[in-house]
Amino acid sequence: MWGFLVIQVSGLRKLYGDTVALDGVDLRVREGEIYGVLGQSGAGKSTLLRCVNLLERPTAGTVTVAGQDLTALPSRELNRARQRIGMIHQHFALLSSRTVAGNVAFPLEVMGVPRGERARRVAELLDLVGLGGRGGDHPHQLSGGQKQRVGIARALAGNPSVLLSDEATSALDPATTRSILDLLKRLNAELNLTILLITHEMNVVKSVCDSVAIMAGGRIEESGAIADLIRTPGSRLTSEIFPLPEPAPPGSVTLTFTGDPQRPVVSEAVRKFDVEISILGGSIEELAGGSVGRLRVSITGDTAPALAFLRERGLLVEVTP
Amino acid sequence: MTWDEMTPLLWEAAGQTAQMVGWSTLFTVLFGLPLGVALVAFDRGGLLPLPALRSVLGVVVNIGRSLPFIVLMIAIIPFTRLVVGTTIGTAAVVVPLTVGAVPFFARLVETALREVGSDVVQAAQAMGASRTTIVRKVLLPEAFPGLVAGLTVTIVALIGYSAMAGTIGGGGLGDLAVRYGYQRFETLLMIVTVVLLVVIVQVVQSLGDAVARRLSHR
Repeated sequence: MWGFLVIQVSGLRKLYGDTVALDGVDLRVREGEIYGVLGQSGAGKSTLLRCVNLLERPTAGTVTVAGQDLTALPSRELNRARQRIGMIHQHFALLSSRTVAGNVAFPLEVMGVPRGERARRVAELLDLVGLGGRGGDHPHQLSGGQKQRVGIARALAGNPSVLLSDEATSALDPATTRSILDLLKRLNAELNLTILLITHEMNVVKSVCDSVAIMAGGRIEESGAIADLIRTPGSRLTSEIFPLPEPAPPGSVTLTFTGDPQRPVVSEAVRKFDVEISILGGSIEELAGGSVGRLRVSITGDTAPALAFLRERGLLVEVTP
Repeated sequence: MTWDEMTPLLWEAAGQTAQMVGWSTLFTVLFGLPLGVALVAFDRGGLLPLPALRSVLGVVVNIGRSLPFIVLMIAIIPFTRLVVGTTIGTAAVVVPLTVGAVPFFARLVETALREVGSDVVQAAQAMGASRTTIVRKVLLPEAFPGLVAGLTVTIVALIGYSAMAGTIGGGGLGDLAVRYGYQRFETLLMIVTVVLLVVIVQVVQSLGDAVARRLSHR
């Protein structure tokens, strides 16, 4: 489904004095996917993101973006490579001395795009993010969501292959967060834009990400396509998306199912086998790739064939000993 | 002394003050602005970290700022002669005024530039902007209202310094007040001069404030 690796980070370490911010991080982001790095503050995700465009220089390891090893580039070449990597910021980082159009034009000036073409491109970009006609305003006249739209337009000015998002929705209210995430998803689909985002909000991961890496203490604890992680026993992602009471009571069974939540597999199992199934807890979540449900049940009776049946139906069955 | 006698004296002195302050403001910006940028850029974590050079510049600036102007003016007489070929007169005063104001203005430039958020600078770096582009298109424009405010304070300080210019024959309003008002007991002239200076300072400050406000889009 996805092409080659757009971002490849290997063996990344970053030390600040004696403090280890990144402790051997590997990351592979494929073309056209939205990749989320999830973690608490201090987990190292911000450092990781800033290492991808070398705003932070890693202590060890390599960063390859669009086939170019950035860590090996001299500064002039690095600047050229950065023009093809867009970035959006938590607090927008717009220039208050410039108008909206001026802000979007800035990266084009950096790239040396001639004035006439610049104006045309700026208008195009502002339309793309739904801010057509606001070019003459100053950033302080805009709402937070609109500022982030300007940030996105600015980040896309150089037709980047990759967009880095540094907690881009963390300063926004839920409705605005929603609209910005929708915009990112749309841009991802329309422009085949690869997006690497960092966030501390599970909601962001749930609603837009195809893949995720969970970070803590400068390490990636778990990573991969969300659809795969959901089917992996003991996945941290799954237990964080579905907060069932932990620890699971001994003998209980946790079922994770993807696809159509209407399929009556549980009642089917009850009818077919001599078992009683009582539900202890559960929920269904809409993820970017479809809906996923997780159910904690206790099964009594002739359990072995019933569990085999559930497995056969594609459910992830985890039995708590 | 009558008004008719005072008017030409006042005009001449005001002209000298304007010349001294005007030229020294120009040269102060010319040297102080780059120095202020250097203080920020060479700092640890700055655009071009050169901490050793930064420390040297910091010490030089502090020495310049700790000398009383009247002492500085006399101490650098050899330098003044080297630059303008004379050590007396209005032109000769511009040199010590500039030397005195450059470190002062540079510190104000430094403060104004530090007000620019590091996130904006990093955003520009992430876009692949070179250091000079960041200084020219991010730091200076973003700090512009603060720079104008700093320049206003500097001009007012220069007007004050220029009052001491009489010591080396520079003339100006301050010198007029000392020579006629104090030494010849021309109280009226003294009062008129002081009022004139107060009005000039007020006008400069209000203009500066208005421009800074006009430029600010925060």
